[in-house]
Parts: sequence; C-alpha cells; structure tokens
Amino acid sequence: MNTEIAGIIAMFVITLLLAIPLGKYIARVFGGEKTFLDPVFNPVEKFFFKASRIDVTREMNWKQHLYALLSINFVWFFLSFFILTNQGWLPLNPDGNPSMSPDLAFNTAISFIVNCNLQHYSGETGVSYLGQLIGLMYLHFVSAATGMAACAVLFNAMRERQTSQLGNFYNYFLKSCTRILLPLSIVLATFLAFKGVPMTFEGKDTITTLQGDTVKVSRGPAAAFVAIKHLGTNGGGFFGANSAHPLENPDYSTNMAEMIAQMIIPFAMIFALGYFLRRKKMAWAIFGVMTAGFLLLAVPTVIFEMNGNPAIEKMGIAQHAGSMEGKETRFGAAASGYWSIATTVISTGSVNSMHDSSMPISGAMQLLAMMINAFYGGCGVGILNYYVFIILAVFISGLMVGRTPEFLGKKVEAREVKIAAVIAILHPLLILAGTALASYFAAGDTPMGWWFNGNATGWLNNPGYHGFSEMLYEYTSSSANNGSGFEGLGDNNPFWNITTGIVLLLSRYLPIIGPLAIAGLLADKKYIPESAGTLKTDSSTFSIMVFAVIFIITALSFFPALALGPFAEYFTMF
Amino acid sequence: MNRNNQTSLFDGQLMKEAFVQSFVKLNPKLMFRNPVMFTVEIGTLIMLVVCITILFGETHEGSFGYNLTVFLILLLTLLFANFAEALAEARGKAQANSLRKTREETPAKKIFVIGDMYLNEVKVVPSSTLNKGDLFICEEGDTIPMDGEIIEGIATIDESAITGESAPVIREAGGDKSSVTGGTKVLSDKIKVRVTTQPGESFLDKMIALVEGASRQKTPNEIALTILLAAFTLIFIIVCVTLKPFADYAHTPITIAAFIALFVCLIPTTIGGLLSAIGIAGMDRALRANVITKSGKAVETAGDIDVLLLDKTGTITIGNRKATHFYPAVGVDQKHFIQCATLSSMADETPEGKSIVELAGVNPLSYNVKAPVFIRFTAETKSSGIDFEQTRIRKGAFDSIRNLTEKAGNPFPKDVADKVTAISTNGGTPLVVCENEKVIGVIELQDIIKTGIQERFERLRKMGVKTVMITGDNPLTAKFIADKVGVDDFIAEAKPEDKMNYIKAEQAQGKLVAMMGDGTNDAPALAQADVGVAMNNGTQAAKEAGNMVDLDNDPTKLIEIVEIGKQLLMTRGTLTTFSIANDVAKYFAIVPALFIASIPALQGLNIMNLHSPESAILSAVIFNAIIIPLLIPLALKGVSYKPIGASAILRRNLLIYGLGGIIIPFIGIKIIDLGVSLFI
Repeated sequence: MNTEIAGIIAMFVITLLLAIPLGKYIARVFGGEKTFLDPVFNPVEKFFFKASRIDVTREMNWKQHLYALLSINFVWFFLSFFILTNQGWLPLNPDGNPSMSPDLAFNTAISFIVNCNLQHYSGETGVSYLGQLIGLMYLHFVSAATGMAACAVLFNAMRERQTSQLGNFYNYFLKSCTRILLPLSIVLATFLAFKGVPMTFEGKDTITTLQGDTVKVSRGPAAAFVAIKHLGTNGGGFFGANSAHPLENPDYSTNMAEMIAQMIIPFAMIFALGYFLRRKKMAWAIFGVMTAGFLLLAVPTVIFEMNGNPAIEKMGIAQHAGSMEGKETRFGAAASGYWSIATTVISTGSVNSMHDSSMPISGAMQLLAMMINAFYGGCGVGILNYYVFIILAVFISGLMVGRTPEFLGKKVEAREVKIAAVIAILHPLLILAGTALASYFAAGDTPMGWWFNGNATGWLNNPGYHGFSEMLYEYTSSSANNGSGFEGLGDNNPFWNITTGIVLLLSRYLPIIGPLAIAGLLADKKYIPESAGTLKTDSSTFSIMVFAVIFIITALSFFPALALGPFAEYFTMF
Repeated sequence: MNRNNQTSLFDGQLMKEAFVQSFVKLNPKLMFRNPVMFTVEIGTLIMLVVCITILFGETHEGSFGYNLTVFLILLLTLLFANFAEALAEARGKAQANSLRKTREETPAKKIFVIGDMYLNEVKVVPSSTLNKGDLFICEEGDTIPMDGEIIEGIATIDESAITGESAPVIREAGGDKSSVTGGTKVLSDKIKVRVTTQPGESFLDKMIALVEGASRQKTPNEIALTILLAAFTLIFIIVCVTLKPFADYAHTPITIAAFIALFVCLIPTTIGGLLSAIGIAGMDRALRANVITKSGKAVETAGDIDVLLLDKTGTITIGNRKATHFYPAVGVDQKHFIQCATLSSMADETPEGKSIVELAGVNPLSYNVKAPVFIRFTAETKSSGIDFEQTRIRKGAFDSIRNLTEKAGNPFPKDVADKVTAISTNGGTPLVVCENEKVIGVIELQDIIKTGIQERFERLRKMGVKTVMITGDNPLTAKFIADKVGVDDFIAEAKPEDKMNYIKAEQAQGKLVAMMGDGTNDAPALAQADVGVAMNNGTQAAKEAGNMVDLDNDPTKLIEIVEIGKQLLMTRGTLTTFSIANDVAKYFAIVPALFIASIPALQGLNIMNLHSPESAILSAVIFNAIIIPLLIPLALKGVSYKPIGASAILRRNLLIYGLGGIIIPFIGIKIIDLGVSLFI
C-alpha cells in the first residue's frame, strides 16, 4: 500500500519539478526570446511561414486572433472528416477497416479537433492507419497547439500596458507545435517504443497462446500516437481500451511516464504565465488553488478505491488490493484512482481503468473534476477557463473591498462581467440540458426512430442511478472537452454522436472566445498603477475567493444532478 | 458627519410610508427593473395558480394549506424586498426635505420695483422666495442670501471660509469679478445683486429626484452586478428546469411548490431584494453628511479615488493665521514694537489683526492715543494701520512695506529681512511693521494646523489615496507644512491652471482624482476631476462644474465622501457574497427533501436532520424571506469601512459574510424547522 502511495506522490513531484523549467522555456518561446532549439527550428519555421506567405511580424488584435483560430480549425475539421469517411479505400489500411458513418465521423472529427476525443469507435476496428495518423494524430498536435496559442494571446493581453496588438496567432501556433509539442513527443514516443508500445505500419499480428490457440493482435504506429495523446491532453487512444491496453501502456514505468506527460504542459503553462508576466507569485497562487482543488478530488478517490467495494466486502471477500474491478493489476488501485482524477481535471480523458467500475464517490469526483474543468485544465485552455473565474472573483471581491474591481491594472466593468457570466453559465447549461434531454427520453423509454435503434433505455447498460451517472458523465465529458467515458453507454448512434458533437463544438470554442474577448477588451483599457487600495490578486485571500467562486458556480449548479446519480448510488450501497 | 441629521432607522412615519409603497411596487412594470425579484414574482404567481387549481380538485400538488403557505411566504419575500427599497427612499426624501427647510432661512433684502418711477422698495424676505432675475441688496455685515451677479456697486467680501484666503476679496459690477456666492459675507460697502439660479433647479431638488427613483440611473458597478445576479438566476433556472426530467427518470415526482421553493431559495434574492436600497442608502448617507450628489455614480467613483487635491487653508489649517511672535528690529525696543503692532491692529477686524492684539495681551485703548485715524486694508496698498499725531504706523506683507519704506528712502534692515525668510521657511507668514516709513520689526503669523488632520492623512494613505496640498504660499512655507502634516505632495504658489495641469497629469497615468473648489476659476478643474466637490458657498460656475456640493463648506468632507463611496461598494459586495454563500445550506435543506420520498437512502444528505420534506422546504423559504428584513439595517447603514489594506478587508469580509453566510443559514433553517415541525 505504501509503495502505491509513494508512487503517486512521485508522479506528482516529478511532474512539478519538470514543469517549472519547461514553463520558463515556454515563456521564452512565446516571448520570442532566444532558446537553445533556435538553430534547429528557425529554418524550419521560416520555411513554413514563407511557403504559406504569413508575415509573422504582423500583430493581431483579439478579433483577428479568433478569426485565424476558428478558420484554421474549420479547415482541419473537413480534412479529418473526409479521411474518416473515406479511409476504407484510402491507403495505409492493412486491416481493411471500413469507412466511418457520417454521424460517427462528424462526432469523431469534432471531438479530435476540439481536443476532446470522445471516441465512439474502437481504434482496432474503426480506423485505418491513415485515419489514425492524418485524421486523428495530426489533430492531436493542432488542437493542443490551438489551445496553447490562445493561451499565449491571453498572456500577451495580461501584460501591464495598453494595447490592442497581441502578437501573431500563426507564430504562436506554429511555435507551440515545433518548439514544445514536437520535441517532447519525440522523447516520449522513443521511450514508449523501447518499452514495447508498437510502432509499425504492418497489419494485425498473429500469435499462438500458451493454450495453442492463435490470436490476432492489432498493432500500428501507436508509440507516436500515444505520446502526443498525453502531451497534448487529448486522450484519444490508439486502441479501444486506451491506456488500460497493454500495448498502449505496458507497465508501471510507462504508466508513470504517460501520467507525467499529460500533466506537464498544463502545469508548465501556469509557470509560463508567471515568467511571461514576471509575476511568479501569481503563478504560484494559481497553482496553489488548482492543486488544492485537485487534491480535494484526488485524495477521496484514492482512499475509496484503495478501501475496496463495501458490497463485495459484505460477501466476505477480502480486498487487499482495493477495489480492482475494471482495473489493471500492473497499475493497482491507487495509481488508477489517481489517474482517473488527473485525466478528468485536465482535459485528457485517457483512461487506465474503467471509470464505470469506480466507486460511486470516485465517480462523483471524476464528474466534479470535469464539471469544474479549471483545475490545471487542458493544454492552454485550462488557464483560459480559470481566467473566467478570476474575472468573476475579481469583480465580487473588488466590491467587497470597496473599490471598482480591477485585475492587473485594468478595470473590470459590465461588459467583461457579462462575457464571463455567459461563459460560466455555458458549461452547466450544456451538461444539464444534454443530460435532461437524454433523461427525458430514457424516463419515457421513448422509441427513438432514426436517432437510436430501439427505445431510449436501450442505450443504458445499467438501470437506475448508475445509468443516470452514465448519461451525465457523457455530456460532462463532452462539455469539458475531456473525452473519457463512463462507458456502459451505447453511444455510437446518431443521437449521442450528434448531440455530444454539438455540445463539443459549443463548449470548445465559446470558452476560448470568451476569455480572449475579455482579455482583449481589458488590454485595450487604460493601465492603472497599483496603490495601497488595490486588491492584490496574487494573495492567499484572493486565492480562497477564486476557489469559493469556482466551488459555488460549478459544484452548486450540479449538486442536484450529483445527488440523483453517484450520491444516491453511494447511499444505497449500505 | 453631522450627527444632527440622524433620523432613527425605523421612524414610525417612514415605516408607514414604506409599508404602503411595498404593495405599490408589486406592479410587474416596476419589478421588471430587478431581474432577480421579477422571477420571484413570477414564481409567486405560479403558486397562486397552483393554490387555485387545488381548490378546483387538483390532487398531486400536496395540501392546500402547504401550498398556500409557500405562496404567502413568497409574497412576503417580495414585500420585504420592496419594503427595503421603499424605506431607503423614504429616508432619503425626508432627509432632503429637512435640509431644504433649513436652507430657506437666510434673510434677503429684496428690491421691489414699483411703477416707472424707480422708487424701489426694499423688503426682507426669506432667500427661498427669490427667483432667478430678482434683485437684492447687501450691505456691510450681510450674508449674501443667494448666488448672483453684482449689477451695481463694489464691495469687499469675506470668502475666507470658502477660498481659504484670509484677505477679503473685492467684487464689483461688470467684468470677471461680478459674481457673488450665497453664504459669503459683505465686509464693506453696498452692492446690488441679480439672482442667477432658479429655485427648484438647485442641486437639492435634483438630489430629491434622484432619491425618489424617477431619475435614478443604475451606476456602472450596479449594472455589472445586476448582470452577475441575472447570470446566477439563469444558472438556477437551468438547474430547476433540468431537474424535472432527472426526477422523472428517477421516478421521483416533484411538486410545483418544491420546484419554486428550490428556485427562489437558490437565486440571490437577498442581494437582489436589497440592491436598490443599498444604492439609495449610499446617496442618503452622503446627504446625511450634508453632501448633495448629482448622481449615484459620483458617490461610487469617490470610493475609487487615487489622488485627493486639498486646499491648505481651511482644510489642513484653520482658516485664519494667528500671530505667534513679535520680532523687533535691531535697536528697537520690544515694548515699543509691541505697542506699535497693537495700535496698528486696533481697528483691524480681521482674525489676524485680532490675534495680534490677543498676543500682545494689552488693551490698545490703554495707550490713550489721541485722534486716531484708522487706515483700512485696501487691495491697492496691501497694508493697514493707524495715524495719530505725528505717527504713521503701517503693517503689511513684506513686499508692500518694503515698497513703502524704500520709497521714503529708508533701507530695509537686513536683520528683519533675514527674520522674514526664517519665518517663511518655518511655514509662517511674516507681517512687517513700520513706523513713519521705517521698519521696526516683524510679526510672525503661523498657520494653525487642525487637530487630528495628521491622522486623517494617515488614514487616507492606508486607503491608498495620495493627498496633494494646494496653497498660494511660497514653496518653502508649503514644504514645511506639507512635511508637518504628512501630505504626499504639494503645489505651491498655485494658480488655477496648476490644479488643472496636475489633475490632467494624474489622470493620464490612469488615476482618479478628486478635488474641492469654490471659485469660478476652479470650475474647469472641478469639471476635469473625476469627483469635483463644490462648496455650497462657491460660485454658481463651480457648482455647475462639480458633481457634488458640500453644504457645510467643509473641505475635509472629501475624506468622508471617499469612505461613503467605499462603503457603498462594500455593502453590495458583501451582501452578494452572503446571499450566494447561503445557497450551500439551502441545497442541503431542499435537495434531500425533494428526493427522500422515493430515494430514502438520500436521507444521508439531510445533514441538518430536518423534520420532514415539507418542513424542510418551508424552513428554507421562510429563512430566505426573513433574512431580507433582518439585513435592512445593514443595507441602509452600510458595512463599516476600516482602512486596513485591501487584502485585510477582503479577509475580514470573506470571513464574516462568506463563512458566516455558509454557517448562519444552517443554524437559521434548523431553528425554523424546529418551529415549523410543531405545526406539520
């Protein structure tokens, strides 16, 4: 047991130790300062910019940034959609996997472009290698880089000056790929390949088991795919079972590496903010709030998972290893519980155990992690989400100290509050409205026609509270751009593909547009120097305030839903 | 703050008026301005419909009595919120009316033009009856009853209480210096003045209209807060609407009463109900401090002030200087010098002159001078004195006396000149005395620094407000006083355009600047400043330019105004926090109550151990309703402000209103439930 706990503590500490220098490096990259990789990448980037005729010195305002961001995302969506719906006849398809149905391709392409990776298919049978690499893995890079570039725009807007010139989007975007994601991916993929993760273009392998049966084993260019899936907080696995699959995550060391990989960039972005703005204290204040939130979710989960299932205990079965249903013995209960929270607080959504089998309270914690969606958060977008809560906290606490609220020397007024409020409402709206729609059909067991083959309850593998949690989880995961599933839900059908697809689109782009709009508007305002009456936004008191705002807005709006799902399940266990 | 203006918080007459208004304000058209309470009103109406349908035989919604109770509590919630607003309005109005009455008492010598013969009759009337264009006269010793323009005559006028300049000013018909202000005093001569303001257009009238709500516009912060509260309301609409299919899926029927109770409890009704009362009370508090504001925004802005421009005289020092030392010139007998100084001030009615006699401690009549001729201070000579027998004694400013003596061929003694410089560097004002055009010594006049002013500046510094002293003194004197009282900066030998430039420079750095002013030449600076407070006895132009008028003509009032502004914002912020924090307990009361019937296991969430689902819901809505009237005193008085630094205030308020807001409803709801369970 103690080694298990030591293992997860080591994972956290190593991530933190690596993230601080990485943050410094990221700040230098976005600040256009010299880095040790310049000789390698300068010519490459120059070539790209020249070929695409992009003038990187042209500074953009926040609207131009958003225009660039949305237009390139739009193009990639169609590229991915085209490959997925035509992969059957396109090359690199040794296993002969079929083309995707339009509704599944719609959902898949969207969920990869928005960094969610909901995966209503199984990698082994659902996608060709071309689909994996160009349709999906390419989007792993660009969706992560989109988030990081948006975050760079935010950093630029938060500096102490009055400006509408916030750098060049294409510059931030390309550098996120070349300077940050690509080098880290190469390192991690190499490590994984050495550890036994396949990296080949050959089709299924045939092996003979000890019993003498022959089994066909899927393989492919997995090592490269798995590396960026974690580094870019994407989470979409090469194989259906994701990181629980032995070829995607062979042992404890790869588990640790993948765990560190998925958290390192969200951590590093916080420190990058500190270096970029020269406000290290603020970076630590943000990191403190996020870590407190993370621990409040992770600690109960690990405890509940390690304590085992009371229902099984009642049957007189000893559970020395903790609750092991749906878990891999090579990782154990503690590492699996830790992973389940890490993957839900940041928007990775890769899994190394089945969340459907987690204890009810662990399930509630996983749900809450995604409902809050601002503790660390996804690549770049985590800070954008957190920024909205900062604005709301600044507003309320500004009033509380008797001064018109200001953040980093800029007055927060009605317009910014309006945008922040809309973004804060959006997340509960999408989750609750989606779940309400699905519950409505399930409650009446409505025949769904084209939308679903059969009656609505047919998509639930579990009745009752757990079934409700499954539906709630699916929309929460979509809205948080997380991509993990509670599973047990029949989700590859037009109803789920299309409704979650819409949720994905809204919940990805609006929470990028909102914070950037606020930051852009604030950057345009006159800078007010700090005085003794100014509220310090890097103090511990303010951090508590932000935490309280996050808790009140998110946790409270989901309280009734959680009560009907995991809490009801938990209380009926005894 | 003027304590005489305090009326008791719950005055009987006001309560009655507010009670009636609470019902009038139920009109949905009026309610619509407040989105939070408007949704409560819709909920109340739905409950009314539910009650009626039960009377007609509906059976799924629970007993009639229970539904009627929920309806009545919701109605009460609305009435409480309206009552808070109405009470704040009534108090503001009463305050403004009483102020108006006191202002009507200045007597005015009005000229009644009779016939074509211009045989004018002068009658004494109250100043309030003067109309724009009326004529009145003022003679020596009169207080000018109203702002106006001199159309005939010339007079010296004491404006020291406003301008701080101890020397009287000369006002005459025609030209720049023709305007006189109400409240100033005529020291000599007689003037005919035409009234320039219309009664009913005064700031007081504007203020009353503001308080009455007709012309009350929401301030920027209030708008932003309303948006935030609307957002919270919207979130809870989503929570409640989506709960219906969730509950259907869980086979848990939820009554309409329970839905509406959950909704009303979750939305921020506490702050929603008190919001406008807080705003009105802020203006009312300003009025109680005898400050009339032209808009609610000005009060709010005052809380954000970074830089405060203050005139030295009247603010930092008591309006008049006092004689503190006699320094005879070398070779002049001390006794003789004192005698001359006293004689020169014998007929001097200025406070400085009186203080000289006071310091000498001799009754000037005891010198028994014969046939004295008193020479009055004139703007031209800048000196005053006495002539008797062969003696001519004059006292005056260094420059004027030097002119006088050097003209007569007498050099200015070096030791006196040194003394003059020494006095200046020590923050004093030298008054040189000469006898028969020969300098015999210098009297030191010192500014008397107001007691407690250092503490006030210290307090401002802790608030984060930079103080700037404006003075006509030379830089040496100015620096001495600035250091002594602890202002952060000063403008010496200030001309009106200096103030303007200083304000512009600070504003260019993004700072908000407040200043007080009175003169017409202050008007541009008052208009430029973010908060411009004009003295009530200042010129009409000054009052038009500023956005507040101080009836007390008290330059230190700005400090209070800043605190009132901060209190206003703090009250809103803390009550918002309190209101939202209350939701935690309300959730734990209502959510288990909604589901316990069909999911008994959820009893585990009933951590308050409330008696039954019905009692839990009733307790929550009752708590939600009665917290509004309980907080009315706080809303009207405002959260107390202490300059302890922003982070410390936040910590304190977060502890009281945040943590308190979480804990109090747990206790309150439990207690109410104990009571309610006796009846259910």
